[in-house]
Amino acid sequence: MASKKMSDGGLPVIARFEVRHRNYLAPDGSINRPLPAFASDANLITALYRAMLLLRNFDRKAVALQRTGRLGTYAVSLGQEAVSVGVASAMREEDVLLPSYRDNGALIWRGVKLEEILLFWGGDERGNQFSGPVEDFPFCVPVGSQAPHAAGVAYAFKLRKQPRVAVCMFGDGATSKGDVYEAMNFAGVHKLPVVFVATNNQWAISVPLRLQTGCETLAQKAIAAGFIGEQVDGSDVVAMRAAAEDAIAAAREGRGPRFIEAVTYRLGDHTTSDDALRYRSADEVQARWKEEPIARLRNYLVSQKMWSKAEEEQLAAECHERVEAAVERYLATEPRRPETMFDHLYAELPETYAAQRRQLAGEGDA
Amino acid sequence: MPEMTLVEAVNLALARAMEDDPDVVVLGEDVGINGGVFRATVGLQTRFGSERVLDTPLAELLISGLCVGMAAQGLKPVGEIQFMGFLYPCIDQLVNHASRFRNRTQGRLTCPMVLRTPHGAGIRAPEHHSESTEAMLAHIPGLRVVIPSSPERAYGLLLAAIRDPDPVVFLEPTRIYRAAKGEVEDNGEALPLDVAFVLRKGRDVTLISWGAMLKETMAAADALAADGIAAEVIDLATLKPYDEATVLGSVAKTGRCVIVHEATRTGGFGAEIAALIAERALTSLLAPVARVTGYDTIVPMARLEQHMMPSVDRIVTAARKACQFS
Repeated sequence: MASKKMSDGGLPVIARFEVRHRNYLAPDGSINRPLPAFASDANLITALYRAMLLLRNFDRKAVALQRTGRLGTYAVSLGQEAVSVGVASAMREEDVLLPSYRDNGALIWRGVKLEEILLFWGGDERGNQFSGPVEDFPFCVPVGSQAPHAAGVAYAFKLRKQPRVAVCMFGDGATSKGDVYEAMNFAGVHKLPVVFVATNNQWAISVPLRLQTGCETLAQKAIAAGFIGEQVDGSDVVAMRAAAEDAIAAAREGRGPRFIEAVTYRLGDHTTSDDALRYRSADEVQARWKEEPIARLRNYLVSQKMWSKAEEEQLAAECHERVEAAVERYLATEPRRPETMFDHLYAELPETYAAQRRQLAGEGDA
Repeated sequence: MPEMTLVEAVNLALARAMEDDPDVVVLGEDVGINGGVFRATVGLQTRFGSERVLDTPLAELLISGLCVGMAAQGLKPVGEIQFMGFLYPCIDQLVNHASRFRNRTQGRLTCPMVLRTPHGAGIRAPEHHSESTEAMLAHIPGLRVVIPSSPERAYGLLLAAIRDPDPVVFLEPTRIYRAAKGEVEDNGEALPLDVAFVLRKGRDVTLISWGAMLKETMAAADALAADGIAAEVIDLATLKPYDEATVLGSVAKTGRCVIVHEATRTGGFGAEIAALIAERALTSLLAPVARVTGYDTIVPMARLEQHMMPSVDRIVTAARKACQFS
């Protein structure tokens, strides 16, 4: 970076910025720095653990369904479960989540049913008519394009003086898009109650982070938009939860937007349609398994005597049961009639399309 | 009733909508104290405050994306894009989000937004300020595309667009922003969307157009009348979804049809209408359907733009030819 080498020529410094990094649990589950209070709340901390394990089990089953032709393309959260679970756990029900396609963990935490998520990835829009908070957004597939929506949602909260927060999640690749920067810039102008969470899992399909940005951190992108960006160990669910709590509280109190860069690693393929061995080595992935969030939290819980082998076995059985039951309900879902593809096109279907609907329903010529 | 220009009618409708419904929010570049580059939003910020009439950063994608987010929360955002040539960053938001929001959530979330933008050439503006790419928008399922051709219809259709529960792109014919004058009563009454307006009754030939080209089309109808040819003139007004019944009914009566638009010919919206007539009214036809359109080239800059656009002469010639065909 040329600017760093540039001689200052005696010019005055008019601004300085810094980016902080947050981590509590080391990869082996030992404690790096004093923990936030909630880390000793056994109910909460085990709930985070349960949610991450459920997500991992659910992902495994979803991939199996895809491999056997019973689900469409699916994106697993393997290795980054702490991000979506940690963030969602810090939200209130009345907040609004704007997730990307890999944020299943956040949706599940917020009450979306497993079978609804399967329905979406199984190719049925009804999966988005879910039983989570009614104002939450559906998965966003075009990368980063939901960031301006988050700013719009947050603007509505501010206009109506509602103490609510919009939480927008996307990946490292999305930070290269103008959509994300335009949204952050606007949020900065109006000090909107919105938190942007970039899951930096190092890979945008096959493109590594070093080809995505010349910045040292993604968190510093918030600086250009006029608000705080924090880098967080995204494989440490305690850090994710704590960072999200702080950011959401600040946003709710009118202190403006925040940006969280959750540094983690995508241990799985981009989706079931991807083969990551084409662009990264098995050794690289193997090395990263040492950092993964579930074993890390388990080690912590066990060390704090908050978790036992018996509980682990019981949880495994519970997850299995819950996932299997959801799969059963998913597979038993009544198919939609073809003509229903018109049913939510407009509030009221214009006659010209109603004729096409009748044709599709076999009720006459269009 | 006061006489006003088309752009004043737009302003009147915006003010009325904001007065009637606290959820209506106007946003865009320079829409605040400046009142918009065409003055369509003049006075609104003073009257309704800077929270409801907000100057956005200079980012068109953002404007359309904000509208989607606001609309999902039940606001009624009316975004302004300064010129149609700057609308294209919004296409992603229109295609991937606004138009399919209701569908992809099966009605759980909706997108009652309006995106307004000036449309068309003829004001000797700089490059990229003279676009008429309405066909591109009319190809998007779930969207409404509306374009008024008079102050009265600008007022009534814009009110309808704002009240509509689905996303609407509202195209405003730049060339007649101030040239079109008419009486408008601020009665808060919306005109129907998806309905074409028959501006002139006639039995010999149907002339179909929209937006600013109605000016030349009506002048052509006058010229034809002098020759004893009675032209029926239809203002399509809503291009998506359009009023097929009025088009087919008129062609069934006249047997002849000339479609006029300033956008380029190939893949233009006239092709859709011609196809409809071929499919559904072929036996009524006494002559081939004719299109009088902009040429298939880049809309030229100021010095040549008037040669691009259909003239009264071209419309009259096409209509005469249709009448002489059989």
